Amino acid sequence: MNEITLISVVSLGAIGSVAAIILYMVAQKFKVIEDPRIDIVADKLPGANCGGCGLAGCRALAEAIVKAESLEGMNCPPGGNEVMKDIAAALGLEAEEQDPMIAVLRCNGSRENSPPKVKYDSHMTCAFAHSLFAGEGGCPFGCLGCGDCVVACAFDAMYMDPATGLPVIIDDKCVACGACVKACPRSIIEMRKKGKKDRRIFVSCINKEKGGPAKKNCAVACIGCGKCVKECKFDAITMENNLAYIDFNKCTLCRKCVPVCPTNAIHELNFPPRKPKVEVAAETASE
Amino acid sequence: MKTFKLGGVHPPENKLSEKAPIEVLAIPAVVSIPVSQHLGAPASPVVAKGDKVKTGQLIAKGAGFISANIHSSVSGTVVKIDDMPDSSGYRKKAIVINVEGDEWDEGIDLGSELVRECNLTPQEITARVNEKGIVGMGGATFPSHVKLMVPPGKKAEVLIINGVECEPYLTSDHRLMLEKADEMLVGITIQMKALGVTKAIIGIENNKHDAIEHLSYKVKDYPGISVEALKVQYPQGGEKQLIKALINREVPSGKLPIEVGAVVHNVGTAFAVYEAVQKNKPLMERVVTVTGKNLKKPSNFLVRIGTPVSELIEAAGGLPTDTGKVVNGGPMMGKAITNLEVPVTKGTSGILIFPEREAARKPVQNCIRCARCLNVCPMGLEPYLLSVLADKKRLEECEVERIMDCIECGSCLYICPSGRPLLDQIRVGKAEVGSMIRKRSQH
Amino acid sequence: MSLLTVSGSPHVHDSQSVSKIMYGVVYSLIPAMLVSFYFFGLAAILLTLTAVISCMAVEYVIQKYLMKGPVTVFDGSAIITGILLAFNVPANLPLWMVVVGSAVAIGMGKMTFGGLGKNPFNPALVGRVFLMISFPVHMTNYPKATAFSTQLTDIVTGPTPLAIMKEGLQKGESVAEIIPQIPEYAQLLLGQMGGSMGEISAIAILLGGLFMAYKKLITWHIPVAYLGTVLVFTGIFWLIDPGYHFNPLYHLLSGGLMLGAVYMATDMVTSPMSPLGMLIFGIGCGVLTVVIRMFGAYPEGVAFSILIMNAFVPLINRGIKPKRFGEEVKNG
Repeated sequence: MNEITLISVVSLGAIGSVAAIILYMVAQKFKVIEDPRIDIVADKLPGANCGGCGLAGCRALAEAIVKAESLEGMNCPPGGNEVMKDIAAALGLEAEEQDPMIAVLRCNGSRENSPPKVKYDSHMTCAFAHSLFAGEGGCPFGCLGCGDCVVACAFDAMYMDPATGLPVIIDDKCVACGACVKACPRSIIEMRKKGKKDRRIFVSCINKEKGGPAKKNCAVACIGCGKCVKECKFDAITMENNLAYIDFNKCTLCRKCVPVCPTNAIHELNFPPRKPKVEVAAETASE
Repeated sequence: MKTFKLGGVHPPENKLSEKAPIEVLAIPAVVSIPVSQHLGAPASPVVAKGDKVKTGQLIAKGAGFISANIHSSVSGTVVKIDDMPDSSGYRKKAIVINVEGDEWDEGIDLGSELVRECNLTPQEITARVNEKGIVGMGGATFPSHVKLMVPPGKKAEVLIINGVECEPYLTSDHRLMLEKADEMLVGITIQMKALGVTKAIIGIENNKHDAIEHLSYKVKDYPGISVEALKVQYPQGGEKQLIKALINREVPSGKLPIEVGAVVHNVGTAFAVYEAVQKNKPLMERVVTVTGKNLKKPSNFLVRIGTPVSELIEAAGGLPTDTGKVVNGGPMMGKAITNLEVPVTKGTSGILIFPEREAARKPVQNCIRCARCLNVCPMGLEPYLLSVLADKKRLEECEVERIMDCIECGSCLYICPSGRPLLDQIRVGKAEVGSMIRKRSQH
Repeated sequence: MSLLTVSGSPHVHDSQSVSKIMYGVVYSLIPAMLVSFYFFGLAAILLTLTAVISCMAVEYVIQKYLMKGPVTVFDGSAIITGILLAFNVPANLPLWMVVVGSAVAIGMGKMTFGGLGKNPFNPALVGRVFLMISFPVHMTNYPKATAFSTQLTDIVTGPTPLAIMKEGLQKGESVAEIIPQIPEYAQLLLGQMGGSMGEISAIAILLGGLFMAYKKLITWHIPVAYLGTVLVFTGIFWLIDPGYHFNPLYHLLSGGLMLGAVYMATDMVTSPMSPLGMLIFGIGCGVLTVVIRMFGAYPEGVAFSILIMNAFVPLINRGIKPKRFGEEVKNG
């Protein structure tokens, strides 16, 4: 009995030792020397792998930052300035202050504003619908309503509103990763500055057609009349291809352009309700 | 009887208009002629608003090698050049002409007598085909002059004429073969001359007995041309399938038919080539089948390009009240149109009207892996797999599984018992893989 | 007029649908069902009804209350699972066990994976194997197929031909000594033998198989490959030593082989997609079945071999591609 035990222990021990030596040698030979700072940076990133930085995932960003030894052009939209400052502190670098961004839907072609002219009956993805026709409402620029953006959102920050047929962005959950922007075949979603107190003003339309055809399909289309451009004192609004665009870097949120739009295509978000005319002027002056 | 071996389906034929002779449709009051009616770059207009044009006059010039000239189909005044709805579902640039009388451009022979002799050189023939804006009339609208020029290092051995008309419902090619056989055969002879081949085979599916008989009798006067009856099977009209069926050669993946020494042209194209070369007449009208189960008078019309679809439907007895879908083209590969004012273009082989009960697709259910899609795929692909890979954006795997070989014939979606949108997903995937490949080749 | 529909091509569709396919299979099962009703009587009818109803009920409950999605109980797939499960157990199995088997078949074998079309294993076989392992005594106590009886209990029971063969060989008897104990070919063909409810009549099952092939619900590849492999494999052994091995015909006609080859292995969901893959699948099933029958502990190996091969299906689908157009260029 003792003998058997002894033989087992010795032989197994020998096999184990040989295996350990081989393992050690292999591990030495194929050792990957990695900058330890990559792990430090990766730990600080949110780990959502959303791709908002433009790279394949959080680790890719960490590697890129460490390799570049600089934070220039690097940004983690979900993490925001805090995370970037944190990383900057850890690596002894300087972080650029980035304005927080948010996804904005630039189409208001709901079923009511742009009533369906045909019925779509195929695979419910915007990518396919876009290749097939202009859309149920007839607008070749408008939202197709199949929800590719909602599927693309990894943060549950979007849902389809069954009443309007348009996606809705939940501001609190949106981290501005830009996945929806890439998913939309018509580039309807735009990343815009979050704005002071979450206040935003934007043209909720990207239709580049002339006024007539645009208005025919949708009651709230930008018809390119240019009234907002004339109204704006800060040169924030430009008109190109029959479409007004508000530059969020120049816009002072005075919201004077909103009421002049004949089709209500300019939207204001998170502003207090408008008071009678005189006081509006007073308030904007105080801001 | 010959046919292609791999895959294929046989949908109900429903050739409702096969006995209806080709009627000349009245010229409409206004035509809208899109500048992009062909594969390749859109043509650029050479007329301006207010210009007077004559029938057959060049109004837009092909831009580049793969492009085609566009000619006016009517005489009158150009009222605008603007984005107009077309069958793509979008608004595209078109030349709108108000019709005033019907005055033809000089040099066009309007007589009906057959001209058999053709003394042009192959280069002159190709130039004439190019000048007259001839494109593939089967639906793909590939500029014909490109196909008549054999690329250096390759040799054309046989010209294959596609008289298959494998799409259910459509009969425009069938009627053309019956009524314009001689013109078509002269057209084929001219194409043979341009290509430098001595042999041409006309493939016709066996559901068109009268056309097979008629042409078999006629070809006796035309050396080198023969007629071959084919077993009815969709998609036999696909270039690669037709070549396989007729001469048993397989065009390698990603290559053109010339690789196996074959050039394929549609019967409609052969007729158009005849008119262009022998009569100097540009491609400005075509035969269109207007059909549908509830349509009063399924017909074949000779229509001026640019005529609104609604005029054709009106001439065929008006839009039935229970219409649920209108398709430009055949039921397997045609495109549903959103607006009945869209114009007939060079590629419009038929206008198909479906009643409401046939308009909707089957409800989508789970895939039960019945393998029917795989068995009917004429390219030997696995549609069930490709559709999933495409939907999950696994594009590299799509490419390995040869998504680019898909000819979009629709057999998989036709056969799927679960009503899964196989082809929809594959099309999206194909577009994405295509742009991925292009991007890669740029680097 | 309502709005025009816009959809991608093609605009016509084949009239076949999932439920048509499923009910086609159900119809093809009728001959085998009638034979089992004839031989096992009322017990078989009750068993089948119990299995079908409990399968449908389990599917309904799971779809409605757990998955909270659409309910597709009437698409016919649960009915097939129910009938096939009943076919795979002895006719005198206590009904509560059938209910348990149905719950496992549908619940574990099918719905866990997401429902119809997503299950890797044949649900009826999952149920059968579960019962086999849980209640081995009841599951191997086969009633004798005699003629129509209304008895529910106290039926004469006995071993299946395969069990007789295996036991005999294990006791050291020779083939010549065993053969008189087992039914003759004609009896095997018609179904006069001990066995699971639906597996007994080879001819009824073949009839159903021909119906399915005619209706294009199955292709010939799997049954032919499966049965052919068993025939060849057992034939080789028989030729080597006919004193110790049985005539291959016995192997073909007895046990669950026919039922397995025609109905269980050909299940669309759990079999390979390409024709060549189907042949490989059938051959694998055949080899495993013979190995289990000859060298394994169980007298019958159809259920296990099909389940094992089911596990290989994704691999086969991945490795075996259909012949692509334009792949090998043979010009001539």
